Amino acid sequence: MLAKRIIPCLDVNAGRVVKGVNFVGLRDAGDPVEIARRYDAQGADELTFLDITASSDDRDIILHVVEQVAEQVFIPLTVGGGIRAVEDVRRLLNAGADKVSMNTAAVQSPQLVAEASGKVGAQCIVVAIDAKCVSAEGEPARWQVFTHGGRKPTGLDAIEWARRVQALGAGEILLTSMDRDGTRIGFDLPLTRAIADAVDIPVIASGGVGNLAHLADGVTEGHADAVLAASIFHYGEFTVGQAKDFMRARGIEVR
Amino acid sequence: MNTVAIVDYGMGNLRSVAKAIEHVAPEARVLVTHQPALVASADRVVVPGQGAMPDCMRELAARGLLQSVIDATRRKPFLGICIGLQMLFDSSEEGGVSGLSVFGGRVRRFPAERMIGPNGVRLKVPHMGWNRVTQARPHALWQDIADGERFYFVHSYFVVPDDAALTAGRTEYGVDFTAAVAQDNIFAVQFHPEKSAQAGLALLGNFMRWKP
Repeated sequence: MLAKRIIPCLDVNAGRVVKGVNFVGLRDAGDPVEIARRYDAQGADELTFLDITASSDDRDIILHVVEQVAEQVFIPLTVGGGIRAVEDVRRLLNAGADKVSMNTAAVQSPQLVAEASGKVGAQCIVVAIDAKCVSAEGEPARWQVFTHGGRKPTGLDAIEWARRVQALGAGEILLTSMDRDGTRIGFDLPLTRAIADAVDIPVIASGGVGNLAHLADGVTEGHADAVLAASIFHYGEFTVGQAKDFMRARGIEVR
Repeated sequence: MNTVAIVDYGMGNLRSVAKAIEHVAPEARVLVTHQPALVASADRVVVPGQGAMPDCMRELAARGLLQSVIDATRRKPFLGICIGLQMLFDSSEEGGVSGLSVFGGRVRRFPAERMIGPNGVRLKVPHMGWNRVTQARPHALWQDIADGERFYFVHSYFVVPDDAALTAGRTEYGVDFTAAVAQDNIFAVQFHPEKSAQAGLALLGNFMRWKP
Protein backbone atom coordinates (compact mmCIF):
# COMPACT_ATOMS: atom_id res chain seq x y z
CA MET A 1 0.00 0.00 0.00
CA LEU A 2 1.15 3.51 -0.76
CA ALA A 3 2.65 5.18 2.31
CA LYS A 4 1.45 8.55 3.56
CA ARG A 5 4.32 10.97 3.19
CA ILE A 6 5.90 13.20 5.82
CA ILE A 7 7.47 16.28 4.29
CA PRO A 8 9.62 18.69 6.27
CA CYS A 9 9.41 22.16 4.79
CA LEU A 10 12.36 24.52 4.69
CA ASP A 11 11.69 28.20 4.13
CA VAL A 12 14.79 29.57 2.47
CA ASN A 13 15.77 33.23 2.46
CA ALA A 14 18.89 34.16 0.50
CA GLY A 15 20.26 30.66 0.96
CA ARG A 16 19.47 30.17 4.67
CA VAL A 17 16.62 28.22 6.24
CA VAL A 18 14.15 30.31 8.23
CA LYS A 19 10.62 29.75 9.49
CA GLY A 20 7.96 32.37 9.55
CA VAL A 21 5.23 32.59 12.11
CA ASN A 22 2.18 33.77 10.20
CA PHE A 23 4.77 34.89 7.65
CA VAL A 24 6.14 37.54 10.02
CA GLY A 25 9.11 37.45 12.42
CA LEU A 26 11.63 35.12 10.84
CA ARG A 27 14.15 33.11 12.84
CA ASP A 28 17.29 31.61 11.31
CA ALA A 29 17.33 27.85 11.59
CA GLY A 30 20.39 27.06 9.59
CA ASP A 31 22.05 25.69 6.55
CA PRO A 32 19.77 24.03 3.95
CA VAL A 33 22.15 21.25 2.95
CA GLU A 34 22.82 20.20 6.55
CA ILE A 35 19.15 20.27 7.42
CA ALA A 36 18.22 18.34 4.28
CA ARG A 37 20.76 15.65 5.10
CA ARG A 38 19.48 15.38 8.65
CA TYR A 39 15.90 14.93 7.45
CA ASP A 40 16.96 12.36 4.88
CA ALA A 41 18.76 10.41 7.62
CA GLN A 42 15.63 10.61 9.79
CA GLY A 43 13.54 9.05 7.02
CA ALA A 44 11.82 12.09 5.50
CA ASP A 45 9.86 11.00 2.42
CA GLU A 46 10.40 14.23 0.54
CA LEU A 47 11.60 17.77 1.15
CA THR A 48 9.98 21.06 0.23
CA PHE A 49 11.92 24.29 -0.11
CA LEU A 50 9.97 27.51 -0.20
CA ASP A 51 12.15 30.32 -1.45
CA ILE A 52 11.02 33.47 0.30
CA THR A 53 13.91 35.61 -0.90
CA ALA A 54 12.52 39.08 -1.52
CA SER A 55 15.40 40.71 -3.35
CA SER A 56 15.51 39.91 -7.03
CA ASP A 57 19.33 40.18 -6.90
CA ASP A 58 19.42 37.09 -4.70
CA ARG A 59 16.93 35.02 -6.66
CA ASP A 60 19.48 32.69 -8.21
CA ILE A 61 20.81 31.62 -4.81
CA ILE A 62 18.03 29.05 -4.56
CA LEU A 63 19.36 27.32 -7.67
CA HIS A 64 22.70 26.76 -5.95
CA VAL A 65 20.94 25.53 -2.83
CA VAL A 66 18.95 23.02 -4.91
CA GLU A 67 22.07 21.88 -6.75
CA GLN A 68 23.96 21.29 -3.52
CA VAL A 69 21.10 19.46 -1.85
CA ALA A 70 20.41 17.30 -4.92
CA GLU A 71 24.02 16.14 -4.94
CA GLN A 72 23.75 14.70 -1.47
CA VAL A 73 20.15 13.89 -0.75
CA PHE A 74 18.39 11.24 -2.82
CA ILE A 75 14.74 11.80 -2.06
CA PRO A 76 12.24 13.98 -3.99
CA LEU A 77 12.72 17.73 -3.72
CA THR A 78 9.99 20.28 -4.31
CA VAL A 79 10.86 23.94 -4.71
CA GLY A 80 8.44 26.84 -4.62
CA GLY A 81 8.56 30.61 -4.53
CA GLY A 82 9.15 33.27 -7.11
CA ILE A 83 8.17 31.22 -10.15
CA ARG A 84 6.83 33.43 -12.91
CA ALA A 85 7.55 31.65 -16.16
CA VAL A 86 8.10 28.21 -17.65
CA GLU A 87 11.78 29.13 -17.84
CA ASP A 88 11.89 29.41 -14.02
CA VAL A 89 10.37 25.93 -13.78
CA ARG A 90 12.97 24.53 -16.15
CA ARG A 91 15.88 26.10 -14.32
CA LEU A 92 14.78 24.64 -11.01
CA LEU A 93 14.23 21.19 -12.49
CA ASN A 94 17.63 21.34 -14.17
CA ALA A 95 19.21 22.30 -10.86
CA GLY A 96 17.85 19.10 -9.35
CA ALA A 97 14.30 19.84 -8.19
CA ASP A 98 11.78 17.08 -8.90
CA LYS A 99 8.72 19.26 -8.56
CA VAL A 100 8.10 22.96 -8.70
CA SER A 101 5.38 24.65 -6.70
CA MET A 102 3.50 27.72 -7.92
CA ASN A 103 1.14 29.90 -5.98
CA THR A 104 0.70 33.56 -6.88
CA ALA A 105 1.82 32.97 -10.47
CA ALA A 106 -0.83 30.27 -10.93
CA VAL A 107 -3.57 32.65 -9.77
CA GLN A 108 -2.32 35.52 -11.90
CA SER A 109 -1.77 33.35 -14.93
CA PRO A 110 -3.55 29.98 -14.81
CA GLN A 111 -2.26 29.36 -18.32
CA LEU A 112 1.24 29.09 -16.84
CA VAL A 113 0.14 25.93 -15.00
CA ALA A 114 -1.14 24.43 -18.24
CA GLU A 115 1.91 25.49 -20.21
CA ALA A 116 4.42 24.25 -17.63
CA SER A 117 2.53 20.99 -17.16
CA GLY A 118 2.47 20.47 -20.93
CA LYS A 119 6.19 21.09 -21.16
CA VAL A 120 7.58 19.20 -18.17
CA GLY A 121 4.72 16.89 -17.17
CA ALA A 122 2.03 17.12 -14.51
CA GLN A 123 4.17 15.11 -12.09
CA CYS A 124 6.53 18.09 -11.79
CA ILE A 125 3.86 20.72 -11.20
CA VAL A 126 2.53 21.45 -7.72
CA VAL A 127 0.05 24.25 -7.18
CA ALA A 128 0.24 25.75 -3.71
CA ILE A 129 -3.07 27.05 -2.42
CA ASP A 130 -3.13 29.42 0.57
CA ALA A 131 -6.69 29.42 1.88
CA LYS A 132 -8.46 31.35 4.58
CA CYS A 133 -11.91 30.73 6.02
CA VAL A 134 -14.26 33.54 4.94
CA SER A 135 -17.66 32.26 6.08
CA ALA A 136 -19.36 33.81 9.07
CA GLU A 137 -19.99 31.73 12.16
CA GLY A 138 -22.99 29.48 11.72
CA GLU A 139 -22.68 29.52 7.92
CA PRO A 140 -21.43 26.49 5.99
CA ALA A 141 -17.64 26.81 5.78
CA ARG A 142 -16.17 28.58 2.76
CA TRP A 143 -12.50 29.21 2.09
CA GLN A 144 -10.99 31.79 -0.18
CA VAL A 145 -7.64 31.67 -1.96
CA PHE A 146 -5.07 34.27 -0.91
CA THR A 147 -1.78 35.14 -2.57
CA HIS A 148 1.37 37.11 -1.75
CA GLY A 149 2.00 35.18 1.45
CA GLY A 150 -1.58 35.47 2.58
CA ARG A 151 -1.93 39.21 2.13
CA LYS A 152 -4.04 39.44 -1.02
CA PRO A 153 -7.52 37.99 -1.32
CA THR A 154 -8.28 36.67 -4.79
CA GLY A 155 -12.02 36.15 -4.61
CA LEU A 156 -11.47 32.55 -5.70
CA ASP A 157 -13.22 29.77 -3.82
CA ALA A 158 -10.55 27.32 -2.63
CA ILE A 159 -12.45 24.16 -3.63
CA GLU A 160 -13.28 25.47 -7.09
CA TRP A 161 -9.69 26.62 -7.56
CA ALA A 162 -8.36 23.20 -6.54
CA ARG A 163 -10.55 21.52 -9.16
CA ARG A 164 -9.50 24.08 -11.74
CA VAL A 165 -5.75 23.61 -11.20
CA GLN A 166 -6.21 19.87 -11.48
CA ALA A 167 -7.92 20.42 -14.84
CA LEU A 168 -5.12 22.78 -15.88
CA GLY A 169 -2.53 20.06 -15.30
CA ALA A 170 -1.30 20.30 -11.71
CA GLY A 171 -0.02 16.96 -10.44
CA GLU A 172 -0.37 17.77 -6.76
CA ILE A 173 -1.79 20.42 -4.43
CA LEU A 174 0.07 21.90 -1.46
CA LEU A 175 -2.71 23.26 0.71
CA THR A 176 -1.91 25.75 3.46
CA SER A 177 -4.44 27.11 5.90
CA MET A 178 -3.59 30.79 6.45
CA ASP A 179 -5.71 30.72 9.59
CA ARG A 180 -3.54 27.99 11.08
CA ASP A 181 -0.09 28.66 9.68
CA GLY A 182 2.31 29.33 12.54
CA THR A 183 -0.30 28.73 15.24
CA ARG A 184 0.71 25.18 16.21
CA ILE A 185 -2.90 24.23 16.95
CA GLY A 186 -3.25 21.73 14.11
CA PHE A 187 -4.33 21.66 10.46
CA ASP A 188 -7.65 23.14 9.38
CA LEU A 189 -9.11 19.65 9.00
CA PRO A 190 -12.45 20.58 7.39
CA LEU A 191 -10.55 22.59 4.75
CA THR A 192 -8.06 19.77 4.15
CA ARG A 193 -10.81 17.22 3.83
CA ALA A 194 -12.91 19.39 1.55
CA ILE A 195 -10.02 19.86 -0.89
CA ALA A 196 -8.65 16.30 -0.66
CA ASP A 197 -12.09 14.87 -1.39
CA ALA A 198 -12.72 17.32 -4.25
CA VAL A 199 -9.76 16.35 -6.44
CA ASP A 200 -8.18 13.19 -7.86
CA ILE A 201 -4.58 14.37 -7.44
CA PRO A 202 -2.63 14.07 -4.17
CA VAL A 203 -3.06 16.80 -1.55
CA ILE A 204 -0.37 17.83 0.94
CA ALA A 205 -1.75 19.36 4.15
CA SER A 206 0.15 22.29 5.61
CA GLY A 207 -0.17 24.99 8.23
CA GLY A 208 -0.57 24.69 11.99
CA VAL A 209 1.25 21.52 13.05
CA GLY A 210 2.29 21.70 16.71
CA ASN A 211 2.49 18.03 17.67
CA LEU A 212 2.55 14.54 16.20
CA ALA A 213 -1.17 13.95 16.65
CA HIS A 214 -1.78 16.87 14.31
CA LEU A 215 0.15 15.08 11.56
CA ALA A 216 -1.87 11.89 12.03
CA ASP A 217 -5.14 13.84 12.09
CA GLY A 218 -4.24 15.42 8.74
CA VAL A 219 -4.30 11.96 7.20
CA THR A 220 -7.13 10.28 9.11
CA GLU A 221 -9.48 13.26 9.46
CA GLY A 222 -8.23 15.50 6.70
CA HIS A 223 -7.77 12.74 4.08
CA ALA A 224 -4.41 14.24 3.10
CA ASP A 225 -1.99 12.13 1.07
CA ALA A 226 0.99 13.80 2.67
CA VAL A 227 1.60 16.11 5.61
CA LEU A 228 4.03 18.99 5.72
CA ALA A 229 5.56 20.66 8.76
CA ALA A 230 8.46 22.91 9.55
CA SER A 231 8.99 24.18 13.07
CA ILE A 232 8.29 20.94 14.97
CA PHE A 233 11.14 19.38 13.04
CA HIS A 234 13.50 22.34 12.70
CA TYR A 235 14.04 22.92 16.39
CA GLY A 236 14.60 19.27 17.16
CA GLU A 237 11.35 18.92 19.10
CA PHE A 238 10.45 15.78 17.14
CA THR A 239 12.28 13.74 14.55
CA VAL A 240 10.65 12.51 11.38
CA GLY A 241 11.22 9.01 12.76
CA GLN A 242 9.15 9.80 15.84
CA ALA A 243 6.42 11.20 13.62
CA LYS A 244 6.37 7.96 11.65
CA ASP A 245 6.28 5.80 14.78
CA PHE A 246 3.34 7.82 16.01
CA MET A 247 1.46 7.54 12.73
CA ARG A 248 2.20 3.83 12.46
CA ALA A 249 0.77 3.31 15.93
CA ARG A 250 -2.38 5.06 14.69
CA GLY A 251 -2.64 2.50 11.89
CA ILE A 252 -1.35 4.80 9.13
CA GLU A 253 0.93 3.29 6.47
CA VAL A 254 4.30 5.02 6.50
CA ARG A 255 7.67 4.18 5.02
CA MET B 1 37.13 2.09 -16.47
CA ASN B 2 33.47 1.38 -15.81
CA THR B 3 31.69 3.89 -18.05
CA VAL B 4 27.96 4.47 -17.83
CA ALA B 5 26.01 6.53 -20.36
CA ILE B 6 22.85 8.21 -19.15
CA VAL B 7 20.87 8.86 -22.30
CA ASP B 8 19.89 12.52 -22.49
CA TYR B 9 16.96 13.17 -24.79
CA GLY B 10 15.66 16.23 -23.00
CA MET B 11 13.10 14.46 -20.82
CA GLY B 12 13.55 14.17 -17.12
CA ASN B 13 15.87 14.81 -14.28
CA LEU B 14 19.11 13.33 -15.56
CA ARG B 15 21.25 15.24 -13.13
CA SER B 16 19.67 13.39 -10.21
CA VAL B 17 20.32 10.04 -11.86
CA ALA B 18 23.94 11.03 -12.58
CA LYS B 19 24.56 12.29 -9.04
CA ALA B 20 23.06 9.17 -7.48
CA ILE B 21 25.25 6.91 -9.63
CA GLU B 22 28.33 9.00 -8.86
CA HIS B 23 27.44 8.64 -5.19
CA VAL B 24 27.35 4.83 -5.29
CA ALA B 25 30.12 4.32 -7.88
CA PRO B 26 32.67 7.08 -7.32
CA GLU B 27 35.22 5.27 -9.48
CA ALA B 28 32.92 5.10 -12.51
CA ARG B 29 32.84 7.50 -15.42
CA VAL B 30 29.31 8.89 -15.61
CA LEU B 31 28.34 10.50 -18.92
CA VAL B 32 25.09 12.34 -19.49
CA THR B 33 24.97 12.26 -23.25
CA HIS B 34 22.81 12.69 -26.34
CA GLN B 35 25.52 11.32 -28.65
CA PRO B 36 24.77 7.89 -30.12
CA ALA B 37 28.51 7.13 -30.35
CA LEU B 38 28.99 7.58 -26.60
CA VAL B 39 25.95 5.44 -25.86
CA ALA B 40 27.45 2.79 -28.15
CA SER B 41 30.89 2.87 -26.50
CA ALA B 42 29.73 2.92 -22.86
CA ASP B 43 29.95 -0.21 -20.72
CA ARG B 44 26.51 0.37 -19.26
CA VAL B 45 23.49 2.38 -20.33
CA VAL B 46 20.75 4.03 -18.30
CA VAL B 47 17.62 5.36 -19.97
CA PRO B 48 15.60 7.55 -17.61
CA GLY B 49 12.46 9.34 -18.67
CA GLN B 50 9.78 11.55 -17.24
CA GLY B 51 6.64 13.15 -18.51
CA ALA B 52 4.52 11.82 -21.33
CA MET B 53 5.63 8.81 -23.35
CA PRO B 54 4.67 10.36 -26.73
CA ASP B 55 7.00 13.31 -25.98
CA CYS B 56 9.76 10.92 -24.90
CA MET B 57 9.49 8.84 -28.10
CA ARG B 58 9.45 11.96 -30.25
CA GLU B 59 12.51 13.47 -28.55
CA LEU B 60 14.41 10.19 -28.67
CA ALA B 61 13.75 9.96 -32.41
CA ALA B 62 14.52 13.64 -33.01
CA ARG B 63 17.97 13.18 -31.47
CA GLY B 64 18.69 10.08 -33.53
CA LEU B 65 18.92 7.91 -30.42
CA LEU B 66 16.32 5.22 -31.14
CA GLN B 67 18.76 2.76 -32.67
CA SER B 68 21.50 3.23 -30.08
CA VAL B 69 19.01 2.58 -27.28
CA ILE B 70 17.74 -0.56 -29.03
CA ASP B 71 21.34 -1.68 -29.58
CA ALA B 72 22.13 -1.14 -25.90
CA THR B 73 19.22 -3.34 -24.86
CA ARG B 74 20.78 -6.18 -26.89
CA ARG B 75 24.33 -6.04 -25.61
CA LYS B 76 25.16 -4.44 -22.30
CA PRO B 77 23.87 -3.87 -18.80
CA PHE B 78 20.82 -1.72 -19.41
CA LEU B 79 18.71 0.07 -16.81
CA GLY B 80 15.42 1.68 -17.77
CA ILE B 81 13.72 4.06 -15.34
CA CYS B 82 10.03 5.11 -15.48
CA ILE B 83 9.35 6.02 -19.15
CA GLY B 84 12.67 4.26 -19.81
CA LEU B 85 10.81 1.08 -18.77
CA GLN B 86 7.55 1.89 -20.56
CA MET B 87 9.22 2.63 -23.91
CA LEU B 88 10.62 -0.92 -24.05
CA PHE B 89 7.11 -2.24 -24.83
CA ASP B 90 5.04 -2.28 -28.02
CA SER B 91 2.67 0.58 -27.35
CA SER B 92 1.14 2.87 -24.76
CA GLU B 93 -2.41 4.00 -24.12
CA GLU B 94 -0.85 7.39 -23.54
CA GLY B 95 -1.38 9.14 -26.85
CA GLY B 96 -1.62 5.74 -28.59
CA VAL B 97 2.11 5.92 -29.20
CA SER B 98 4.33 3.02 -30.30
CA GLY B 99 7.31 2.00 -28.20
CA LEU B 100 10.57 0.24 -29.06
CA SER B 101 9.04 -3.28 -28.98
CA VAL B 102 12.02 -4.73 -27.15
CA PHE B 103 9.37 -6.61 -25.18
CA GLY B 104 5.85 -7.60 -26.17
CA GLY B 105 3.14 -5.87 -24.22
CA ARG B 106 1.54 -2.52 -23.68
CA VAL B 107 1.39 0.38 -21.28
CA ARG B 108 -1.95 1.04 -19.58
CA ARG B 109 -3.35 3.86 -17.49
CA PHE B 110 -4.50 3.09 -13.94
CA PRO B 111 -8.14 2.15 -14.56
CA ALA B 112 -10.43 4.69 -12.86
CA GLU B 113 -12.92 2.02 -11.77
CA ARG B 114 -10.24 0.12 -9.83
CA MET B 115 -8.78 3.10 -7.98
CA ILE B 116 -10.35 2.28 -4.63
CA GLY B 117 -8.25 1.52 -1.56
CA PRO B 118 -8.86 -0.84 1.37
CA ASN B 119 -11.38 1.19 3.40
CA GLY B 120 -13.19 2.49 0.32
CA VAL B 121 -10.93 5.54 -0.02
CA ARG B 122 -10.36 6.74 -3.57
CA LEU B 123 -6.79 6.22 -4.77
CA LYS B 124 -5.25 9.27 -6.39
CA VAL B 125 -3.61 9.25 -9.81
CA PRO B 126 -0.68 9.89 -10.36
CA HIS B 127 0.48 7.12 -8.07
CA MET B 128 2.90 9.36 -6.20
CA GLY B 129 4.98 8.33 -3.23
CA TRP B 130 6.62 5.37 -1.55
CA ASN B 131 5.17 1.95 -2.22
CA ARG B 132 6.28 -1.61 -1.61
CA VAL B 133 7.93 -3.68 -4.32
CA THR B 134 7.50 -7.42 -3.98
CA GLN B 135 10.36 -9.24 -5.66
CA ALA B 136 8.89 -11.75 -8.13
CA ARG B 137 12.18 -13.64 -8.27
CA PRO B 138 15.78 -13.30 -7.14
CA HIS B 139 17.96 -11.01 -9.23
CA ALA B 140 21.42 -9.46 -8.93
CA LEU B 141 19.84 -6.00 -8.79
CA TRP B 142 17.76 -6.95 -5.73
CA GLN B 143 20.87 -7.90 -3.78
CA ASP B 144 20.81 -6.52 -0.21
CA ILE B 145 17.35 -5.04 -0.81
CA ALA B 146 14.57 -6.43 1.37
CA ASP B 147 11.62 -8.06 -0.36
CA GLY B 148 8.76 -5.59 0.05
CA GLU B 149 11.09 -2.58 0.35
CA ARG B 150 9.54 0.79 -0.49
CA PHE B 151 10.62 2.81 -3.52
CA TYR B 152 9.49 6.22 -4.78
CA PHE B 153 6.98 6.17 -7.62
CA VAL B 154 5.39 8.90 -9.68
CA HIS B 155 3.38 7.74 -12.68
CA SER B 156 -0.10 7.30 -14.11
CA TYR B 157 0.67 4.41 -16.48
CA PHE B 158 2.16 0.97 -15.93
CA VAL B 159 3.46 -1.85 -18.15
CA VAL B 160 1.59 -5.06 -18.90
CA PRO B 161 4.12 -7.54 -20.37
CA ASP B 162 2.77 -10.29 -22.65
CA ASP B 163 5.23 -12.66 -21.00
CA ALA B 164 4.53 -12.79 -17.26
CA ALA B 165 8.01 -14.22 -16.71
CA LEU B 166 9.51 -10.80 -17.51
CA THR B 167 8.21 -9.39 -14.25
CA ALA B 168 10.90 -9.07 -11.58
CA GLY B 169 8.92 -6.93 -9.14
CA ARG B 170 5.26 -6.18 -8.42
CA THR B 171 3.43 -3.38 -6.65
CA GLU B 172 -0.14 -3.01 -5.47
CA TYR B 173 -2.05 0.20 -6.14
CA GLY B 174 -5.66 -0.46 -6.97
CA VAL B 175 -4.28 -3.05 -9.35
CA ASP B 176 -1.34 -5.41 -8.92
CA PHE B 177 1.10 -4.10 -11.52
CA THR B 178 4.59 -4.81 -12.84
CA ALA B 179 7.05 -2.48 -11.11
CA ALA B 180 10.21 -4.06 -12.52
CA VAL B 181 11.10 -6.28 -15.46
CA ALA B 182 14.27 -8.24 -16.11
CA GLN B 183 15.60 -10.33 -18.95
CA ASP B 184 19.22 -11.14 -19.72
CA ASN B 185 21.13 -7.82 -19.68
CA ILE B 186 18.03 -5.66 -19.19
CA PHE B 187 16.57 -4.45 -15.91
CA ALA B 188 13.92 -1.75 -15.91
CA VAL B 189 11.87 -0.21 -13.16
CA GLN B 190 8.75 1.94 -12.91
CA PHE B 191 9.94 3.63 -9.70
CA HIS B 192 12.78 6.13 -9.35
CA PRO B 193 15.84 4.55 -7.69
CA GLU B 194 17.61 7.92 -7.84
CA LYS B 195 14.91 9.30 -5.51
CA SER B 196 14.42 6.23 -3.32
CA ALA B 197 16.97 6.96 -0.59
CA GLN B 198 19.06 3.99 0.59
CA ALA B 199 17.05 1.31 -1.22
CA GLY B 200 17.38 3.14 -4.51
CA LEU B 201 21.09 3.75 -4.04
CA ALA B 202 21.54 0.03 -3.29
CA LEU B 203 19.82 -0.85 -6.57
CA LEU B 204 21.97 1.60 -8.54
CA GLY B 205 25.10 0.23 -6.86
CA ASN B 206 24.01 -3.29 -7.82
CA PHE B 207 23.50 -2.15 -11.40
CA MET B 208 26.98 -0.63 -11.58
CA ARG B 209 28.51 -3.92 -10.40
CA TRP B 210 26.18 -6.15 -12.46
CA LYS B 211 27.77 -8.66 -14.83
CA PRO B 212 24.83 -10.26 -16.64
